[in-house]
Amino acid sequence: MNMKEELLAIIEKNSRIDLKELAVILGVAEIDVVNALQELKDNGVICGYHTLINWEKTSIEKVTALIEVRVTPQRGQGFDNIAERIYNYPEVQSVYLISGGYDLLVTLEGKSLREVSSFVSDKLSTLDTVLSTATHFILKKYKDHGTVLNIKSEDEREMFTP
Amino acid sequence: MRNPVADKIVNIKPSGIRKFFDLVAEMNDKNVISLGVGEPDFDTPWHVREEGIYSLEKGKTFYTSNSGLLELRKEICNYLKRSQGVSYDPVDETIITVGGSEAIDIGIRAMCNPGDEVIIPQPSYVSYEPCAVLAGATPVIINLKAENEFRLTAEELKAAITPKTKILILPFPNNPTGSIMEKSDLEAIRDVIVENDIYVMSDEIYAELTYKDKHVSIASLPGMKERTILINGFSKAYAMTGWRLGYACGPEVIIKQMTKIHQYCIMCAPTTSQYAAIEALKNGDDDVVAMRKSYDQRRRFLMNAFREMKVECFEPFGAFYIFPCIKEFGMTSEEFAARFLEEEKVAAVPGTAFGDSGEGFLRISYAYSMEQLREAMKRFAQFVEKLRAEKQ
Repeated sequence: MNMKEELLAIIEKNSRIDLKELAVILGVAEIDVVNALQELKDNGVICGYHTLINWEKTSIEKVTALIEVRVTPQRGQGFDNIAERIYNYPEVQSVYLISGGYDLLVTLEGKSLREVSSFVSDKLSTLDTVLSTATHFILKKYKDHGTVLNIKSEDEREMFTP
Repeated sequence: MRNPVADKIVNIKPSGIRKFFDLVAEMNDKNVISLGVGEPDFDTPWHVREEGIYSLEKGKTFYTSNSGLLELRKEICNYLKRSQGVSYDPVDETIITVGGSEAIDIGIRAMCNPGDEVIIPQPSYVSYEPCAVLAGATPVIINLKAENEFRLTAEELKAAITPKTKILILPFPNNPTGSIMEKSDLEAIRDVIVENDIYVMSDEIYAELTYKDKHVSIASLPGMKERTILINGFSKAYAMTGWRLGYACGPEVIIKQMTKIHQYCIMCAPTTSQYAAIEALKNGDDDVVAMRKSYDQRRRFLMNAFREMKVECFEPFGAFYIFPCIKEFGMTSEEFAARFLEEEKVAAVPGTAFGDSGEGFLRISYAYSMEQLREAMKRFAQFVEKLRAEKQ
């Protein structure tokens, strides 16, 4: 693992770590970290710094759905065009091209079941190239982005000797 | 009534770490940050735990052979071949033990006649000395020096050898100093060992945790395999402390006698742990790399923190300990550690728990999260400032 890859591994877990500490634990100068971060951002490797939030613990209601979408690929465009049509909706969280029984996996976040279903029926299924959709609502998030939610990790090691 | 207990045992000092932990327990304060524990803060990798679970589901709950599962012994020998370049026979030269600690105990017992001397470089792990005493051997201490970064030199070794010397304990990478012996360091002591016809018990439990070059085993040097008991285990490399699994590899003639003690006292190492360990050796390399990386980051963080505080500290390249010098504050290690705990609520073990030559030093374990280390270093800096102000 080179310095940039190690840096990415660290900030993927903790994007708020300060530059000075980042330089120290990587064993390089601060300016090298600054330059590396800039370069990774310019090259589109670093695409954003987000916060993982467990919305269930807030008063804000959110509904997340995974939607399997089957589409007809277009000549010369493949799936890119239709994927773009879909990802431009702000309520769409992610769009993946998937191998197997369907083509696109869309994750969607809405305020309520109704909002999500109306998005599917009004906007998604009415697109020309969309053949079918199957919507799955998420009931509970156990683990997200590599982090187990709803768990407070405690140091369970006991005092022992030697 | 007659005295129910044996003098030999009564005369063994309780561990210095224990004494300090009792102090921590007495405080019973939620705000205390401990930097005292000598075990990884990682959970055992899931695929390894899963293999343990599967073995239970499949009803693998019997004793294994005394030396341990042959498949595990084979994997251990493969591992030592690929990592250290030393070839051992899984049948005659390998034994699975209950942690590296059992291997230390039965190794010394199998090799020493009453009155034989066991050379123990200190500061080091606290078990060697009592194990030597229990075996009826005489411990001979070498006080390692800070100016040598607590490495063992040929001169120090030569000076400690007598006609009665049987074993040299070689505890590197070292707990508590974090010191390592590089290949050139080992080559320097090799001739002394061979010329004086002594054996080496090389405790390499931290072999996977080095932050410079890869660990070199003394058994890989010419002429050394036949006079070395190599001890290692799964606790540190794979974060498997609670599984209690270690091993020893060495000349058949020694392993055979160790196996005899093992079979009478222990029977065999825990079966579930042995199945899990096979998985660790087969598919755990990436886990080791990831944990080593993480330790290394914390090690750099601590080195930098002490540098900024201007507290003297040599750079340790092994294990997960850092060993700062606190002599400038004019207190003993115990006094310093006690005040640090009392006033700043940070627990670190006084260097003297690991031998007299640990006086003036403190063992800081970095098997802790960055959050804990950050807070602990903040408090250390505060404390140092206060002590320096007092002195003026």
